[in-house]
Amino acid sequence: MKLSYLKALNRALGDELAVDPSVFLLGEDIRAAASNVTAGLYERFGSDRVLDTPLSEQAFTNFATGAALAGLRPVIEFQIPSLLFLVFEQIVNQAHKFSLMTGGQCKVPVTYVVPGSGSRTGWAGQHSDHPYSLFAHVGVKTVVPATPSDAYGLLVSAIRDDDPVVVFAPSGALGVRDDVDFSTLAPVPLGVGRIARAGTDVTVVALGHLVHDALAAADELSSLGISIEVFDPRTVYPLDVDGLAESVAKTRRLVVIDDSNRTSGFAAEVLAVAAERFDLDAPPRRVTRPDGAVLPFALALDRAVQPGRDQLVTAIHAVLEER
Amino acid sequence: MTSQDLYRTVRLIRRFEERAIDFVRSGEIDGGIHPYIGQEAIAAGVCAALGPSDVITSTHRGHGHVLARGVNPARLFAELMGRESGLNKGRGGSMHAADFSLGILGANAIVGAAGSIATGAAWAARRQGRDTVAATFFGDGAMNEGMLLEAFNLAALWQVPVIFVCENNGYATTMPVESAVAGSVTARAQAFGIPGFTIDGQDPEKVLAATKSAVGRARSGKGPTFLECTTYRFDAHHTFEHRARLTYRTTEEVSAGRSRDPVEIQGARLTAVDRADVDAEVEALLDAAAGIALGSAHPDPAAALAYLYASPEVMR
Repeated sequence: MKLSYLKALNRALGDELAVDPSVFLLGEDIRAAASNVTAGLYERFGSDRVLDTPLSEQAFTNFATGAALAGLRPVIEFQIPSLLFLVFEQIVNQAHKFSLMTGGQCKVPVTYVVPGSGSRTGWAGQHSDHPYSLFAHVGVKTVVPATPSDAYGLLVSAIRDDDPVVVFAPSGALGVRDDVDFSTLAPVPLGVGRIARAGTDVTVVALGHLVHDALAAADELSSLGISIEVFDPRTVYPLDVDGLAESVAKTRRLVVIDDSNRTSGFAAEVLAVAAERFDLDAPPRRVTRPDGAVLPFALALDRAVQPGRDQLVTAIHAVLEER
Repeated sequence: MTSQDLYRTVRLIRRFEERAIDFVRSGEIDGGIHPYIGQEAIAAGVCAALGPSDVITSTHRGHGHVLARGVNPARLFAELMGRESGLNKGRGGSMHAADFSLGILGANAIVGAAGSIATGAAWAARRQGRDTVAATFFGDGAMNEGMLLEAFNLAALWQVPVIFVCENNGYATTMPVESAVAGSVTARAQAFGIPGFTIDGQDPEKVLAATKSAVGRARSGKGPTFLECTTYRFDAHHTFEHRARLTYRTTEEVSAGRSRDPVEIQGARLTAVDRADVDAEVEALLDAAAGIALGSAHPDPAAALAYLYASPEVMR
């Protein structure tokens, strides 16, 4: 059966609502399912489980924290990735800090889902951010699934986890479809990466939609006799350092492609880990958005500041040439 | 709840805070505190109207709220001193005291943040079939925080059993309320259709009576109530002010503000003998509490990030 990424998210939400009465969804336009992620769920579960909210992101994000403190497992859908800037206080300074600050008296199992993160064609400066590195930096568990099966499995694990978890579903991955045996859909543990393609010459680390670009680049390069291993960490934080180490031990060359701004981004962290721990035959490379990037509207400009396949291929050639 | 019980609470808070200021001065408490002195009637009156299954959220000026809710003063002292036996095992401090076993969902150091948390907790409790009312404390400064106004809207829309308790002490740190709040405080809540009342926050009996009717309204499914409790902060915004010599309040104004003292207002309702008995009881309790806290172990720095995650993954 074909399963689309979007349908996988929808299925994960429906399954968790069905098995756990403490799970409920809240967010803007989720009754009408404007983003399609919650399609059919209001009709199935009713207004107490699928809570349509006014445009009050800060209050409803804290509301979810309060509901979690009272024993529920809220899942918030944010239609726009940049809204996470508006609720950074509520996620980072509130939800994330309660466990430590109370000496472990409570837990805050809230999931924040962003369907359509990163650039969406034509949505311009304030709707096109991809701030997963920010959440990793502050220590909030953060996942960026690449495939429908992982979208299902990581969202389920995020909901079942006892801490706040942010789930980025990249716009560039929402259209991906997989051949899936529905009976094999299962939770995917947080913090465990996967080898998306095995290879021997260079390890390419990619997340979300960029995994598909990395796989395409690997196909392209295989005709030149270059064998690429694509490592998909799936979870940005905590990073599967051991899984990455295993891959790099084999290839001894590393390139990271990352849809974050360059400074202090996810790729910067992976390269720092590599510098501390890995034995490489060539300096590692990263392909990212430029420093301080704001995505301009015109499509050619938007594409010009996003990390892409051509830059990735150039970076792979560079690490193969250097010794 | 008798007059004597209310007096015991206001007296306990007053003497706790005075001792805590001494511990700041002597260096036993790092970083200082936001003393609740002058505002004791509000915590005492509100918490006296709540039942055991109810919940509260508190503020940076929160010792009074948690004491009125019944925390062990030894564990609160120990928390302020950063000891392992503290309410939060020394991980929260003065601005984050929490005791979930008493329904205290934490004091919150971000002004206006807790109103929406309390609203969510009360909504969730009702959804799970519990008869819980939430009381959320905040100051006049929070009336300018958008997320609190958003919370009023959610609470009113969904008829959430929450009581918004605004402690209007006239100042957001040094900013006078007249220079900060356009229109009236209660009118802001009333604009959302929330019944809003201004009450004398120096009189515990009046606060108790107003909160009792708000609790009744919440339990009968009629939704939120807003209580503006007018009060005066007798001491500093924060103990740093004891050294900072700020001049935002005149001596005359402070004297006038201190003339309506909740401890005296409630104390006058007791016989001299009863009052002396309560005072002695409170001193004995606090003597013992301070002794326990001072004798408690400091946390192990190796466990500085214990409790960071409820379900720990592999963290570096």
